Amino acid sequence: MIKLITQAIRQTLVWTILAGVLYPIAITILAQLAFPHQANGSLVESKGRLVGSALLAQQFTGTKYFWPRPSAATYGTGPTGLNAGSGSNFGPTSAQLQTNVRTNAKALRDAHKLPANAPVPADLVFASASGVDPHISPEAARFQIARVAAARGLGEDKVRALVDQYIEPRQWGFLGEARVNVLLLNLALDEADTRKSG
Amino acid sequence: MKFTEIVQIVLFFGLGIALTPVLGRFMARVFKGERTILHPLLFPIEKLVYRLTGIDPKEEMSWARYLWAVVIMTSVGFASLMAILMTQKWLPLNTQGLDNLSWHLAFNTAWSFTCNADWQSYSGEATMTYLSQTLGLSVHQFLSGSAGLAILVAVGRALARASVRTIGNFWVDLTRCTLYIVIPLSVIWAIPLAWQGVPQTWKAYPTANLVESYTAQVQKTDDKGNLVTASVPKVDDKGRPVVGADGKPVMVDQPVMVDQKVETQPIPVGPVASYESCKQLFTNGGGWYGVNSAHPFENPTPLAGFLEMLAIIAVPMAQVYMFGLLIGNKRHAWCLFAVMLGLYVLSFGVAWYAETRPNPVVDNIMPLMEGKEQRFGVMNSVLWGVSATAIDNGSVNSMHDSWMPIAGMMPMWNILIGEIMFGGIGCGVYCMLFHVLITVFIAGLMIGRTPEYLGKKLGAWEATWAVIGVLLPNAACLIPTAISVVLPAGVASMNNAGPHGLSEVLYAFGEAANNNGSAFAGLNANVPWYDVALGIAIIIGRFAPIAAALAIVGRLASKKTVEPSAGTLPVHGWTFGLTLAGVIIVVAALTFFPALCLGPLIEHGLMQAGRVF
Repeated sequence: MIKLITQAIRQTLVWTILAGVLYPIAITILAQLAFPHQANGSLVESKGRLVGSALLAQQFTGTKYFWPRPSAATYGTGPTGLNAGSGSNFGPTSAQLQTNVRTNAKALRDAHKLPANAPVPADLVFASASGVDPHISPEAARFQIARVAAARGLGEDKVRALVDQYIEPRQWGFLGEARVNVLLLNLALDEADTRKSG
Repeated sequence: MKFTEIVQIVLFFGLGIALTPVLGRFMARVFKGERTILHPLLFPIEKLVYRLTGIDPKEEMSWARYLWAVVIMTSVGFASLMAILMTQKWLPLNTQGLDNLSWHLAFNTAWSFTCNADWQSYSGEATMTYLSQTLGLSVHQFLSGSAGLAILVAVGRALARASVRTIGNFWVDLTRCTLYIVIPLSVIWAIPLAWQGVPQTWKAYPTANLVESYTAQVQKTDDKGNLVTASVPKVDDKGRPVVGADGKPVMVDQPVMVDQKVETQPIPVGPVASYESCKQLFTNGGGWYGVNSAHPFENPTPLAGFLEMLAIIAVPMAQVYMFGLLIGNKRHAWCLFAVMLGLYVLSFGVAWYAETRPNPVVDNIMPLMEGKEQRFGVMNSVLWGVSATAIDNGSVNSMHDSWMPIAGMMPMWNILIGEIMFGGIGCGVYCMLFHVLITVFIAGLMIGRTPEYLGKKLGAWEATWAVIGVLLPNAACLIPTAISVVLPAGVASMNNAGPHGLSEVLYAFGEAANNNGSAFAGLNANVPWYDVALGIAIIIGRFAPIAAALAIVGRLASKKTVEPSAGTLPVHGWTFGLTLAGVIIVVAALTFFPALCLGPLIEHGLMQAGRVF
């Protein structure tokens, strides 16, 4: 029995070094050499400032921006810094879910000057799984074009062209779903605005 | 049902099945000690590991000693991991200034990761230092997977032996598995994940300046950090002031709220890619982030999602083929494979159908994207959820808590029937073995023959242990579930009311007792009752089947082989496969039907009527 215990301790130590130290260091070297942008968190800079990650959603509420999906985790930020990502975890018979969905749908219809029973894109009324889903559906992006164009005084066709440019189709044509990265689209909009005024 | 979805499903299962013989043959060669293409590189390391850890690779163990080795190895892992988690504040690589874990969270997490369950009562990015994740949790994701596969190898080896008292050497099986299978596959999977966007860095979280800052309400504190409160008149539900017996309004203390501007976003990076591949490949499933593979950093693109799903099924499918090679009966292995695949596809079909029906509670808005990510959509979320529970992986890319009642019942069902649709590394097959033995027994009784399995006569010992292996985890699920719903501390943690609250608790103990680790994540499990009760359910769920499997095969290895006769029931073909599937379903339904009725089934009916809680 003593022999088994010492063997177990020595095995744990050896594998801690191999799998816990050497393995992640080797992968870090490979990833940092081959894919430095992704390995550091797909960081996005604008005018020399770090403004976010292409893989994390941010909160946008201004009318001149496209809005991301609702988040149950205030988009990973909070007054104290990091807010761990989270879904709402409301079940299919949750009264709170019903309230949230109806509130979100009404807010969307009001902001886009639509009648009370107009359809709204599902991904804009349902909270994402991670709370930081960086994408919306192409339908959800098109839904917002008129509002964004009006708020910025840009032509609708100009905004539509930008949206079309930022639609990422299904990967390799069949994997996953088509989507639009909200942060990148909004930064491109700001860029287009600066060029227009400058 | 879109064409692209069908393509993905066919490709997913097709690639998994195509990899099965390739990977299965490789694994069998490794465990038989035959030369593989990795031997020129790794054989010197294998010899070095034996030297460093004082192991004689020629030593053979009895089943009891093999079991002791597993228990001691897991316990040493538990002790060391618990020590790391409770001292991480003072250890290196604490880039975010995180605190030590509480005793009950450390207890729960340490058992959970060393037993391959990987249930998490915490969010990694806000709780665990880089050191705890890599040197602590990740190491046990390697070792717990290896230990599971080692046990299956011992089971297969013992079944092929006759009139022998030993079943192999645990240290040799563990070393070969980790060195030739777990580490190389983890490297192969980590690289494309890093390419797709999974971070791999040791730097602290960068802080981004938000494009649009916002204002949040926070509780006001004074210079010493104490909360500032103000005395305000108490109001009742309808907003009227409450008047006390003396005729004056009743006053209560309320925290003072102030506006605070939020202008920055911390970007939670880390050495995630190296962690992620092993987590997906060896049925661990414990995420780097709290939302697991739903987080864009763990699972950034549909291609990454596809590769991670393939990682879930690759080794568990291959282990069935490997088992066939070890026992020298490939037809039996393919029969088990077919039963597993059939139940798995059936479960996926039911869940997918249920999740694409409208929900009147949310005004029939479709598709149901609550708790799902846009890049995956509904089909990939359901396929992942069903796969990670049919197989004892337990990672999620959507929040199962928000699935439709019947859709959410299917992951629960997959877990409750014991995770035998390929199941966990190793345990998927040795837990299936219990059902096989029960089937052989029942069939033998029906046709009036002495039950035989692979040329060995079965007796009371084997039947008893097979039933223990099936029933103990079920008891470890149902009994604490029943206790939780009458304990105030158990009910307080529920995120949803009505039948869905029961589903949350049933799911939690189901996954713990079957070492899955996925969740109806609304349940706030980081309280002493759930941390400890779930931890104990995990221990029972891990060791009861291991002890039962080793006890059975240890006895079978010592028996003489009898030649098959005309009266021998073949353990392959349609008759056996369908009987086996029937036994699995009947055993699970008899055990869990009442609980499922009170949870998801009744919730489905109430949802159709538009009831909310």
